[in-house]
Amino acid sequence: MLEIKNLHARIVEDGTEIIRGLNLTVKAGEVAAIMGPNGSGKSTLSYILAGREDYEVTEGDILYNGESILEMDPAERAAAGIFLAFQYPMEIPGVATMEFLKVAMNAQRKARDEEPLKIPELLKRVKEAAGSLNMDMAMLKRPLNVGFSGGEKKRAEILQMKLLEPKLCVLDETDSGLDIDALKIVADGVNALRSPDRAIVVITHYQRLLEYIVPDSVHVLYRGQVIKSGDKSLAVELEENGYAGIIEEAA
Amino acid sequence: MNLQITPQRTLAETAIIDAFGERLSALPGDGAVMVKRDNAIEAVKAGLPTKRVESWHYTDLRRLLTSVPPHDETANAKAVAPLIEGSTVLSVLNGVASEKPAAIDGVTVQPLAEKLADGSFAPALETYGSDDAIGALNIAFVGDGFFVDIAEGSELEAPLELQNVQAGGQTHVRLPVRVGNGAKATIVERQTGSGAALASSVSQLLLGDDAEILWIIVQDQPETATHFAQFKAELGKNSKLTLFIMNAGGKLVRQEVVVDAKGEGADFKLRGVNLLAGDSHTDVTMVLDHSVPHTTSTEVIRNVVTGRAKGVFQGRINVAQYAQKTDAKMACNTLLLSDDGEFSTKPELEIFADDVQCGHGATVTEIDHNHLFYLMARGIDEKTARGLLVKAFLAEVIEELEDEPTVEALEALLDGWFATHG
Repeated sequence: MLEIKNLHARIVEDGTEIIRGLNLTVKAGEVAAIMGPNGSGKSTLSYILAGREDYEVTEGDILYNGESILEMDPAERAAAGIFLAFQYPMEIPGVATMEFLKVAMNAQRKARDEEPLKIPELLKRVKEAAGSLNMDMAMLKRPLNVGFSGGEKKRAEILQMKLLEPKLCVLDETDSGLDIDALKIVADGVNALRSPDRAIVVITHYQRLLEYIVPDSVHVLYRGQVIKSGDKSLAVELEENGYAGIIEEAA
Repeated sequence: MNLQITPQRTLAETAIIDAFGERLSALPGDGAVMVKRDNAIEAVKAGLPTKRVESWHYTDLRRLLTSVPPHDETANAKAVAPLIEGSTVLSVLNGVASEKPAAIDGVTVQPLAEKLADGSFAPALETYGSDDAIGALNIAFVGDGFFVDIAEGSELEAPLELQNVQAGGQTHVRLPVRVGNGAKATIVERQTGSGAALASSVSQLLLGDDAEILWIIVQDQPETATHFAQFKAELGKNSKLTLFIMNAGGKLVRQEVVVDAKGEGADFKLRGVNLLAGDSHTDVTMVLDHSVPHTTSTEVIRNVVTGRAKGVFQGRINVAQYAQKTDAKMACNTLLLSDDGEFSTKPELEIFADDVQCGHGATVTEIDHNHLFYLMARGIDEKTARGLLVKAFLAEVIEELEDEPTVEALEALLDGWFATHG
């Protein structure tokens, strides 16, 4: 489903190269964890997948279902089924959360030539999804993410993911800022989305999240490259021994 | 030695002076009114204000006013559907008050032409200073309008909409409204039309003690029209005035707001939305006097600038020495959507009292790229995402009005503007 081939990318503003020849393949139905120390390029990778303009791909390609997405803008990628759960979701004053959900869901439906959802159907879906995440509907009347706690913001991200039903989910440090109860709720939300036709990429610094979202594969990112891949035991090894050993081994 | 230099008149100045000669005999007024008209045209003869006149610094009228069409008797202006459904509508069409509507409870309406003809309106034909070019132009040419009197204690259920519709040529209109003590109403002032007119319009509001008025000005003239407007108000004790202004059209627009909080406990709120597009030039200039103690005011102006449009907000707050405990706050925020747009803000606080709270702030920003990315990452196309963010920027001042039909009507105007200019 996702094939990243020899990807090189830099920050547009100052030319700093962050991703330096990254290779990664994630199949439909797979949950892949990407781990790595701070500054290894994990968040950058998530932004590049979503199409953020602050980064420029200088070499290599990203294939989604066999086709390059490099020429697609963020909205086109989202409509094609790529979803990024942000590490730091934006607060957008003046845009009511409910209105945002409506516009986003219908924009994607429109891009797929589907009829817009009628209000009662939309409300029903939102209510169901919010309920499963223990979210209060009153929160959705507030401006998007404004005044939400860290945990509420992360839940709101998963809510959007559930409603938009993407095919490729990228979760950037979704565990940061969550207490253990919130973590379980969020992990349940993600696990409920596991399906044979959907791939999930979980980016995380710690193994903790992977106890709840058990990955099929684990990839260690360092200096913009995947330096080691393995199964879930690799995450446990990292937790016990840290990154130093693997980094040395790769060097 | 004094050297008198009279600069050569511009085409526009000459056209106005010539038009006065042609129109004078057709304009209503007794001797007293005619004296006012003569004095007013003298002010125009002395020359339109240039940028060297402080209050016109950002709107060099002498340079910017390039076309003055002749009066057009045959222009056919038609009333428009009211902004808020169910409103009582009083239309001034092509400068002439249309037939009076059926009686409204608690409201007396008289065509202004009658009050000009019998001279009873002459004392109210006053400029508010030597730079008052709009006042002078209007006094010289004003032909009609509506005189509205809302009786003491009346609470109008339906909004009252005063329409001023032009279809080209020149229109010069006055809309004086007297609100009795304790009366309450929503008044909509529609400034609209279809032609390349020169339109001047002066609203005069006298607000009695404890009265409450929400006054909404919506200006959506065509992009060929020149629109000069003035809103003057005097606020009685414990009265409340909320003035909402939406500018969404016109080629050269100046909207002046002249408010005197002269009754203790009076409260004034100004909320403005300026939607600027094309090559237009739009100027909102406010002069607010806090003349007595314990008066409050807040002003929030939000501007969206596209194309090569230029915008101006000047906000002057005068606090008299005696006006202790005044509380005044002013903010002007601009969203620049193009590299060629411009917005100039000039706040001025002149404070003679020593126990007051006054503040002002101004910002100019672009659309936040992080916000845009976030919305697009959810599948919302760029144009729609930008529209959402711009609307969010403006929604705050509109939603503050709280009354749902009013908010919906204004948001619909916003959507309409974006469909064309967004």
